[in-house]
Amino acid sequence: MDKAAATHLTGFTLNNAPVQVEARVGERLSQALRDRLGAKDVKIGCNAGDCGACTVLVDGAPVCACLMPVQQAAGRSVETLAGLAKADPDALRLKESFQHHQAAQCGICTPGMMVSAVALLRAVPEPDVAQVQDALGGVLCRCTGYRKIIDAVVGAHAADTLQESTQELGAPARRFDGLAKVEGRDLFGDDVAPDGALVVRVIRSPYPHARFTFGDLGSFEARPDVVAVLTATDVKGLNAFGVIPGFIDQPVFAVDTVLFRGEAVACVVGEADAMLAFDPADFPVIWEPLDALMTVPEALQGGAPLVHADRPGNIMCGGFVACGDADAALAGADVVVDGFYETSFVEHAYIEPEAGWAEVVDGRLHVQACTQATGMDRETLAQVLGMDRADIRILPTAVGGGFGSKIDVSVQPFLALAALKTGKPVRMCYTRVESMQSTTKRHPARIDIRVGAKADGTLTGLTFHGDFNTGSYASWGPTVANRVPVHASGPYFIRNYRAQSRAVHTHCPPSGAFRGFGVPQSAIAQETAFDVLADKLGMDPLEFRLKNALHDGQPTVCGQVFEQGVGIQACLEALKPAYDQAKQACATFNAENADVKRGVGIAGGWYGCGNTSLPNPSTIKAGLRADGTLVLHQGAMDIGQGSNTVIVQIFARAFGVPVADITVLGADTDITPDAGKTSASRQTFVSGNAARLAGQALRAQVLQQANASDTAEITLNGGHLHVVDADLAHAVDLSRLEADAEGYVLKAVETYDPPIAPLDENGQGIPYAQFGYAAHLCVAEIDLKLGRITPVSFTAAHDVGRAINPLLVEGQVQGGIAQGLGMALMEEFIPGRTENLHDYLIPTIGDVPPIETLILEIEDAHGPYGAKGLGEHVLIPTAPAIFNAVYDATKVRLMHAPATPARVRAALKEAGYV
Amino acid sequence: MSYLTPTTLDAALGALSGRDTEAPVSVIAGGTDWFPAQGERAYNGTLLDVTRVEGMRGVSAVGTGWRIGGATTWSDILHADLPPAFDGLKLAAREVGSVQIQNAGTVAGNICNASPAADGVPPLLSLDAEVELTSTRGVRRLVLAEFITGVRKTARAADEIVTALYIPALSAGARGGFTKIGGRKYLVISVAMVGAVLTLSGGRIATARITVGSASPVALRMGDLENALVGADLAEALERVTPERLAALSPISDIRGSAEFRGEAVVEAIRRTLTQIMKGQAHG
Repeated sequence: MDKAAATHLTGFTLNNAPVQVEARVGERLSQALRDRLGAKDVKIGCNAGDCGACTVLVDGAPVCACLMPVQQAAGRSVETLAGLAKADPDALRLKESFQHHQAAQCGICTPGMMVSAVALLRAVPEPDVAQVQDALGGVLCRCTGYRKIIDAVVGAHAADTLQESTQELGAPARRFDGLAKVEGRDLFGDDVAPDGALVVRVIRSPYPHARFTFGDLGSFEARPDVVAVLTATDVKGLNAFGVIPGFIDQPVFAVDTVLFRGEAVACVVGEADAMLAFDPADFPVIWEPLDALMTVPEALQGGAPLVHADRPGNIMCGGFVACGDADAALAGADVVVDGFYETSFVEHAYIEPEAGWAEVVDGRLHVQACTQATGMDRETLAQVLGMDRADIRILPTAVGGGFGSKIDVSVQPFLALAALKTGKPVRMCYTRVESMQSTTKRHPARIDIRVGAKADGTLTGLTFHGDFNTGSYASWGPTVANRVPVHASGPYFIRNYRAQSRAVHTHCPPSGAFRGFGVPQSAIAQETAFDVLADKLGMDPLEFRLKNALHDGQPTVCGQVFEQGVGIQACLEALKPAYDQAKQACATFNAENADVKRGVGIAGGWYGCGNTSLPNPSTIKAGLRADGTLVLHQGAMDIGQGSNTVIVQIFARAFGVPVADITVLGADTDITPDAGKTSASRQTFVSGNAARLAGQALRAQVLQQANASDTAEITLNGGHLHVVDADLAHAVDLSRLEADAEGYVLKAVETYDPPIAPLDENGQGIPYAQFGYAAHLCVAEIDLKLGRITPVSFTAAHDVGRAINPLLVEGQVQGGIAQGLGMALMEEFIPGRTENLHDYLIPTIGDVPPIETLILEIEDAHGPYGAKGLGEHVLIPTAPAIFNAVYDATKVRLMHAPATPARVRAALKEAGYV
Repeated sequence: MSYLTPTTLDAALGALSGRDTEAPVSVIAGGTDWFPAQGERAYNGTLLDVTRVEGMRGVSAVGTGWRIGGATTWSDILHADLPPAFDGLKLAAREVGSVQIQNAGTVAGNICNASPAADGVPPLLSLDAEVELTSTRGVRRLVLAEFITGVRKTARAADEIVTALYIPALSAGARGGFTKIGGRKYLVISVAMVGAVLTLSGGRIATARITVGSASPVALRMGDLENALVGADLAEALERVTPERLAALSPISDIRGSAEFRGEAVVEAIRRTLTQIMKGQAHG
């Protein structure tokens, strides 16, 4: 038993340095690395080997650090990104290549990707695409769509030949926050808590609907491993949170009844080791399970019990848009197509689970967590805690993906309450299961659509009814209900239209914001119905869309008329060459193959940027210090999409200096004004405009100091500010100006709020100041025997008004397509059954085909330098383009997302395929 | 509570014997199934790590057959120089989770976990694998079909270690194949899968061993089909893959697919595996 003795001290080599840890028996290597050795570059996404974020090299081989007992590493060499990034030649090349290609967006999967890639490059210095896919197949990414990662690894060997772009507006500049991401230095929600912070655990309902009572909480709280217990009685303010006035309905802690599986009823606070050993089953709570309504039909059935007593019929709210006479138009149409469509819950599946920490500092509460909405977090906490907003500081971490769900609070109220009750620093990180159980989802939709056209292909009328499963609490359900009827026409000219939506309560997790707010669901119905209609008319689907595309000067279904910037026709026309080529290639392929067929699908889309008919301001502040430092206070949350880069590019252009001259601060509610939430594709448009206005205002002040004209050039050089106007140089001595309390001698604070107008009872008005437009082409292959759909390529045309940064545009396009592909083909969250990342499938690096991005710039009247929002637009046409490709290949109309092989095979059989 | 890393088999077996009344001892190798099963809570027992036991790792020719050591990883299988009969096992090795999982996870762990969807089991059953179980009480060998007794159930006693798998002698011309049907490319639990080993004579099947996984509580050899395939060329073989000859299966409906779809997918997966072997073509 010489070497079989109990092992307490484990020694190994970490990034070429000897280390020793005294770890628990069977402690995960990932935990030992992070918590005992400070290697926060090892990210935890699932603790189950499903995501690969924690990949490290052990004796050169990539393994999931979450699946290896640290004791197994004894005597071996462990390498992580932070170490590799310092001197490993392959990692150095990857650092360049990842930044150049923007292979890191949010950056949470980047350590796993790069470490895996180092192992590959050591074995295969110049790998091909398939080798990269095989080597990186174990690491999930939710932001990039993987193709940029493939490009970066394939191209790594030539990294020293890469030319770095300039940073000015319009240039494909590298992300300004990218270096930290590729060196493993970026700090996310679970990376920032101080050592020794207490840990908060949530007690959650195992039932979708139940009454409960607590047992003896007093004796439980007296246990030596328990520092504090929190329940609803600890909530001094309002025991409710939400995001929309009038719909603040979700309790921080349920009081006596839970309405969804995973709902919080209490928290337990204790030392980290004690909480790791704590079994939630020991918590004294007695459940009385009740019947649960899990689907919309169940919830709408006459006599169904009410999820909320004050919401009759289980209908939370609805949306309505009508113009003309849709019924008459359909009755008079030459051809009519109708259909019923169903979609499923979709999970955001960012690789970073919700995490953060909080402490009380001089009587003020500090909360540092991953979030999309610092201002809303602060408002929610003020309300829940009964505290003044000024006494709360929200200091966000880097955000490892959000996609809408991190607009709502998750860990923040628990952390705040625990910090206030214990008076000590507290931390928490959701497990993957908790994250999937308890945070918001994309609404499942049940859609009836009817669309008619004249024999010449002119659209005459469209009716739409969508019921959305909004789950147990409101979250962003009202937004989905409002947005969908505005968008369900697609970007087409339709004068007879009626669209209605309802948000229906069930005992499911709350449905909320997810990239597109219901529009991706409605687009599936509308865009695929269009193809069936075109088919019936004997028209080509692309020609049909071009014939009906909305133009400048034509009213939308809300009666809104844009005099400029309607870009759908340009998007569709841009696809034409790829479309003609793909049609021909598919015909050739199909002539040679019997059991697999290929088709070409097209779909269009549009999306209004910003809140629907509601105020939606952003404020940006900038100042000059006496020493010539130009400071930008940037509060727009970068969740991977790139606002840390784009907002700075816009400001630099407006003020008139290179990006390198700007010192950026934020986000931090103590120092950055509220730039609103990162949602609704609004940051480039709204916060970008605020940055433009702030830059222009500060520039005007500088020019005034020099008495120079608008066309003067400003230079900042080593603290010296010069203004050159018509070849006359003025030195502006900033030190003679008086500094304000913040230390600024000149300062500008500017707010932009998009011009909108309320919608009337028929949804007529000005819902958005701008729309962005898109059209996707997908070539897909259908395995007729197995029902498997494999997208072969995408061509994506996007009208972004003005590409502030084309590299970031491509990143949004590719990432959005990957999410649209997942929604179309594999993603289906089933409460209680797919609460992990191996039962809930998102696309891997092997599932996303090459994507060609066509950037179109049809200038918008309001956007900064003409720019339009983009983030959500991208996944709207993706799923219907895939479904239309299947229709093209097989004439089988897919009406249920996701179109899993089992569903597709059933549809093929119904259509007569053997 | 301790972490044991014995380097000799005797020490490892000693750690497992006579422990009934003490804290639980859990055997761990790659950990890729152990940690997910353990969940997030701290483990409160003793772990016996068998990966450093001498002779436990690697693939070697033994007599007329082959020995796969109990701590052999899937990556070891991929990199081993093995005859074409192992092609199915190698294809399966590439499908176990991801590279990260293949570098740590072991073949023996895969069978001990006894998931109905274990990627390794169909090819191993088609190779007529036997399982060597060792304890201080002695050594015994079971055929794999007797070792896995149900969903997540095996014949391993608490004091036994799976020290090796044995693959009996294979005909010179035997060739293996494997098809996994899943919802995405990597990191996927199968909807259905098929492992097969064929010997061919003049383009016709001389012997066939066909195993289907994920369509019954334990992967099953399709005896009726195997018999029916003898003498068939490829076209005939494809026709002989009929649902009647797969009646031993009991596919269920779950989140990954309906029972009906599973049944169809099995038929198709068998046909593709036969084609893969007989035409030397890989079909996904």
